[in-house]
Amino acid sequence: MSFLRLLARNRLALAGLVVMGIVVLLALITPLLPLAEPNVTSTGDRFQRPFTEGALLGTDHLGRDLLSRLLHGTRLSLAVGVAAAVIAATLGAAVGIIAGFYGGRTDNIIMRGVDMLMAFPYILLALAIVAALGPGLLNALIAVAAVNIPFFARNIRGVTVGIATKEFVDAARLSGMGDIRIIATEVLPNVIPVIVIAMSTTVGWMILETAGLSFLGLGSQPPVADLGSMLGEARSALITNPHTSIVPGAMILVIVMAINLLGDGVRDALDPRLKSGALNRPMPTTLVDREGPVPAPQTGGALLSIDGLKTEFHLKNRHYKAVGGVTLSVRPGECLGIIGESGSGKSVTALSVMGLVASPPGVITGGAVHFEGQDLVGAPYANLRRMRGDRVAYIFQDPLATLHPLYSVGDQLIEAVQSHHPTSRPEARAHAIDLLKSVRIPNAESRIDSYPHEMSGGMRQRVGIAMALANDPDVIIADEPTTALDVTVQAQILSLLEDLRRDRGLAIVFITHDFGVVAQLCDRVAVMYAGRIVEAGPTDAILTAPSHPYTSRLMACVPELGAGRRELAAIPGLPPVVDRLPDGCAFADRCHKVQAACRRGEIDLVDNGPDRTVRCIDPEPVREAAQ
Amino acid sequence: MAGYILKRLVSAIPVLLGISVIVFLIMAMIPGDPATAILGSYATPENVEKLNRDLGLDKPLVQRYFIWLGNMLQGDFGRSFSLNRPVIDEVLERFNGTLILAGTSFVICSFLGVAAGVISAARQYGAADKAITFVVLLGISIPSFFLGMMMILIFAVNLQWFPVSGMWPIYGDRDIAALISHLTLPALALATVATGVIARLSRSAMLEVLRQDFIRTARAKGVHERGVIWRHALRAAMVSIIPVLGIQAGFVLSGAVYIEIVFQWPGVGRMLVDAILTRDILLVQGGVVFVAACYVMFNIAVDVAQSLLDPRIKT
Repeated sequence: MSFLRLLARNRLALAGLVVMGIVVLLALITPLLPLAEPNVTSTGDRFQRPFTEGALLGTDHLGRDLLSRLLHGTRLSLAVGVAAAVIAATLGAAVGIIAGFYGGRTDNIIMRGVDMLMAFPYILLALAIVAALGPGLLNALIAVAAVNIPFFARNIRGVTVGIATKEFVDAARLSGMGDIRIIATEVLPNVIPVIVIAMSTTVGWMILETAGLSFLGLGSQPPVADLGSMLGEARSALITNPHTSIVPGAMILVIVMAINLLGDGVRDALDPRLKSGALNRPMPTTLVDREGPVPAPQTGGALLSIDGLKTEFHLKNRHYKAVGGVTLSVRPGECLGIIGESGSGKSVTALSVMGLVASPPGVITGGAVHFEGQDLVGAPYANLRRMRGDRVAYIFQDPLATLHPLYSVGDQLIEAVQSHHPTSRPEARAHAIDLLKSVRIPNAESRIDSYPHEMSGGMRQRVGIAMALANDPDVIIADEPTTALDVTVQAQILSLLEDLRRDRGLAIVFITHDFGVVAQLCDRVAVMYAGRIVEAGPTDAILTAPSHPYTSRLMACVPELGAGRRELAAIPGLPPVVDRLPDGCAFADRCHKVQAACRRGEIDLVDNGPDRTVRCIDPEPVREAAQ
Repeated sequence: MAGYILKRLVSAIPVLLGISVIVFLIMAMIPGDPATAILGSYATPENVEKLNRDLGLDKPLVQRYFIWLGNMLQGDFGRSFSLNRPVIDEVLERFNGTLILAGTSFVICSFLGVAAGVISAARQYGAADKAITFVVLLGISIPSFFLGMMMILIFAVNLQWFPVSGMWPIYGDRDIAALISHLTLPALALATVATGVIARLSRSAMLEVLRQDFIRTARAKGVHERGVIWRHALRAAMVSIIPVLGIQAGFVLSGAVYIEIVFQWPGVGRMLVDAILTRDILLVQGGVVFVAACYVMFNIAVDVAQSLLDPRIKT
């Protein structure tokens, strides 16, 4: 019953439910209430104002009690609207189930017909039907129900097609059940919830439509009146006696609004994406909620330094500590590798630098990011934006998703340039062509007008790199730029990055889970596990003699070409969930050298040989890097 | 592109034929015979029979359909008995009024709806978002005919900012200023519901797009947030907004009926309601087929717009 609880938590939906309940209750007990006869005219009492003696809401142009007519009209409008919804849902579902269940030719013919009906402007079709049948409330009901059948038919057909191909339907068929029994026992129970939801969202609409036809004089005929015809009759006295119009009009508004609120609540309660907060839009920069002092920048000529950075994801009551205090730095012209399993926090660390972690749910809760000594965490958006792409640029994984699908690559490159440097379009375009050439894209002059979907994965990634280079940045943060590519293209991209670094003196932060890539490109490497650095140092030293057990186990997972048959040692267990990190070492549960002290309190990152650090109380002995 | 438009036009032919069949069948359902309806219940049987023959109603259904279709293709929609003039003349004259009203409303609801949706999404859960969401809820819940009446009461009668009804002043020049002042209230009343629907859909389409990776790329490039929202996100969201604009155009076009009645606007909708009440079947038939055909054509234009916007659609 979590559905009901979700619905109840939605205060607006609850309000809608309450209002609707009151209206329905009033409509049900109307005949029992001590009201004046709704259709008895009394010309002497015409157009009495509301709150006069004996007529709480006044009287209409024939002296009939408005309150009584309102309640009787509401009763009629609700009944007709609900009846239309039920008829449309039943017939539409029947058509949809037949089309979806039998498929093939039957489906084709039925759905063509449905498409034809949907090609009509909606109210026009209802008018045509009323024209044929003649004015009258029953005919209006038929018309409104009829024009809504296609809507239900199409929805239900879609659901039925999904069900008709499921294994349990095949099983029923094999067990010798007839089509009608299969539809009744297997398909229908699965379709009914969809029908009910579709009805709950359209019943307000149908009440509105029947009221509309009555308003035009094509629905209920005098002296009986639903809300629409009350409004229609009152129209001629709109200016002299507006209350006769306002009373029924406001009632329609209240009913339809209550139904809409309720319908939205039902839909939201059933949409799992809302529960997970996945429909939150990320803000221009990551939220910052720093506790504790801001660390000072590291010394030693670092261009970009990350100091004690903590980034969390706040979802409902849970706090996922994606980055739990990471300290890193990169010098000009240096390449720093960050390596770790998926979910170790390496990407989040990288995105935190320029405040690009999606927020909500991301929050930077501590630490600092210094670029040339200036703290970027919590810097004003304007400052951050000026630096993004200009001083610190990103290259992302999977350029099909990261390039805009509807702009040509040229437009996207030109925009990157013009965001930071006021350049004329021809100039920017020439620059964009140069950029494409510099990342070795053949026929740059013609490729510049291509769209991302017209290029291969490798070409797209080159465009991504060209875009990062557009403003000659000081630092490039490459977040698994080669992961989606095949090996030969990967090698080309890596050598391209290596050349660019040498030629332009770029600092590169390279995020990967591939030791081969680290060995080829990086001067230094930091190994991350569960949001923290467990080991860092010069690439050669760490690759030849890893000192954290995690690093060595991770390296043992890498298959070697030509190394003969060797058992690949997968690490047993899974990384810990970062909202409930254990005390002490996060790797303890998976470590073959675990001891009691590992689980007792914080373990610091300590110096471990020249320019090396490790977070372990019993590291592997460090041998000399040179063998 | 020309080939694509041609292809879409050709594919519209069966839809148009289907529409004509549906309208024809609905009209054929009419109980009793139209001649009696036209001549009234005091007509002599001879006269009824003669009129039936003149109208071709003594022929079989299928034959009647093809005669009707053939005449329509030659621009002959029959003759309205209540107005005593060719249906097509009346429809064209009235459609002009509907087009001005519905066209204006469509422009209003497209721009206002998309803008409201974008702002709402960009400021999700902020004050602007909440205010827009509330107004939108009100907008999609209020019957347009009631809204129109209240607008007349407030802005035309009490404040006297706009005329109460009609398309042109009874005395005075029929210039553009007069048209605008007459058009403002009905166009707004007609646009309200569609604006709400479009705003809702635009908001959710924008929220969907804003989570995509290419938005992060745009931000990482240093594109200003205004550009991220209005250039990157909206362009991508338009792909799912445009079909809804097409659907809403149908609602605006046919919803004009109510507004034309409330504001005494000389349009097809009011003509249809009058024709239904006088049982002028040929006029109803002709009016419905004509407006539906125009809507089909409009939807082709929507498809073409979509293909221009999205280079991934093969044209």
